[in-house]
Amino acid sequence: MADHGHPVRVTINGEAHERSVEPRLLLSDFIRHEARLTGTHVGCEHGVCGACTVLLEGAPVRSCLMFAVQADGASIETVESLADGETLHPLQEAFRREHGLQCGYCTPGILMTLKPFLAANPAPSDTEIRQALSGNLCRCTGYQQIVAAVRRAAAMLRGEEP
Amino acid sequence: MKPPPFAYECPTEVADAVALLAAHGADARPLAGGQSLVPLLNFRLARPAVLVDLNRITALGQIAVENGALRIGAMARQAAVEADPDVGRGWPLLTEAIGHIAHPQIRNRGTIGGSLAHNDPAAELPAVMLALDTEMTARGSKGTRTIQAQDFCAGTMETALAPDELLTEIRIPALPEGTGWGFREAARRQGDFALIAVAVLLRPSGAGGIDARVVVTGTGEGPVRMRGAEVVLTERGTEGDACEVAGNAAAEASEPADDPHAPAWYRQRLVAALTQRACRDAAMRLGR
Repeated sequence: MADHGHPVRVTINGEAHERSVEPRLLLSDFIRHEARLTGTHVGCEHGVCGACTVLLEGAPVRSCLMFAVQADGASIETVESLADGETLHPLQEAFRREHGLQCGYCTPGILMTLKPFLAANPAPSDTEIRQALSGNLCRCTGYQQIVAAVRRAAAMLRGEEP
Repeated sequence: MKPPPFAYECPTEVADAVALLAAHGADARPLAGGQSLVPLLNFRLARPAVLVDLNRITALGQIAVENGALRIGAMARQAAVEADPDVGRGWPLLTEAIGHIAHPQIRNRGTIGGSLAHNDPAAELPAVMLALDTEMTARGSKGTRTIQAQDFCAGTMETALAPDELLTEIRIPALPEGTGWGFREAARRQGDFALIAVAVLLRPSGAGGIDARVVVTGTGEGPVRMRGAEVVLTERGTEGDACEVAGNAAAEASEPADDPHAPAWYRQRLVAALTQRACRDAAMRLGR
């Protein structure tokens, strides 16, 4: 009973994508396999790890817990939206400088979680940073450098550090 | 994993959603925020033939204060309720409890009604609704009815809702001025379902007395009112060791079982400690 007849029109990182898909296609798989944006990673596929976090109308959500058909008409941002050509976004630059990643698998989800967090809370405490990160699992870093990277990114975004 | 195939319906009116559920019977499942149902589909633990997506029914998303009572549409996102200033002023117990549900990314999609209808036995919202004397509105093919919170939960992941009924709205009555409240939860990792969570409400009643409500969840089949603890607080107030005695009464009345997450004795001690602390929090806020 494969049913491929459901239209999906979404804007991802400012670019329109239109497909006809099966309703069971997860948004994460639409982003990776239809829109061919493989920066969004798929970890656990049950909403625990946070690797697939993207922004849906500006708010971070798990793209593995939504169907692509549900995003019809929506605007989505993925990790590919951060850098401006070869110039890294301050969040990415801060993660690079502070060694906030090792294997990098969890990083796209973490960056997309943090972008709206730092926009709403430009000077977070360490406790707030840890709470903001609590829905994203990292099995490499032990989180210390990630917290340091968030502190640096916040300072960079406030214009206090180059 | 990937979900099994299903037919997808996306009504924009409650009446159409109810008609779809009635037409498909047990083969259909309503899809609210999807933060519990989609994992079940991805694991193929649930295989509904038809999913009735409620996310485009805009009438179910409202949050409003009417005649002092709080009315929340079943599809209101948990994050929206958490951030609502009227909710924070009038029903801070609800705001606090929502902050314990999973993570911000989950609360951005997760809905009030979805969590209640799913009724995980250790979820925060069913416990809070019991403490707040919430009325649930359900709409089915036979019409609309009101279900009291105490009648809504019917065991593990079971509710009073019929298969063709949708939870459409919840209504939380106003709390008297100076109501004290406390919410305490213990979980192994931030964002997990509770090992134990406790909600306490102390409503001022005439002549300096209090009307106490103590609800514990995580001990088994869902939220339980701890009448013994309530009697202690109502009769003795919160002075001296009353909160401790109330905590012990709640622990004695609870019968958790050993499970892979915690042994029974540990949960029982959590009931005592968290009830005591939630009572103290409520006592501190009482009369303010």
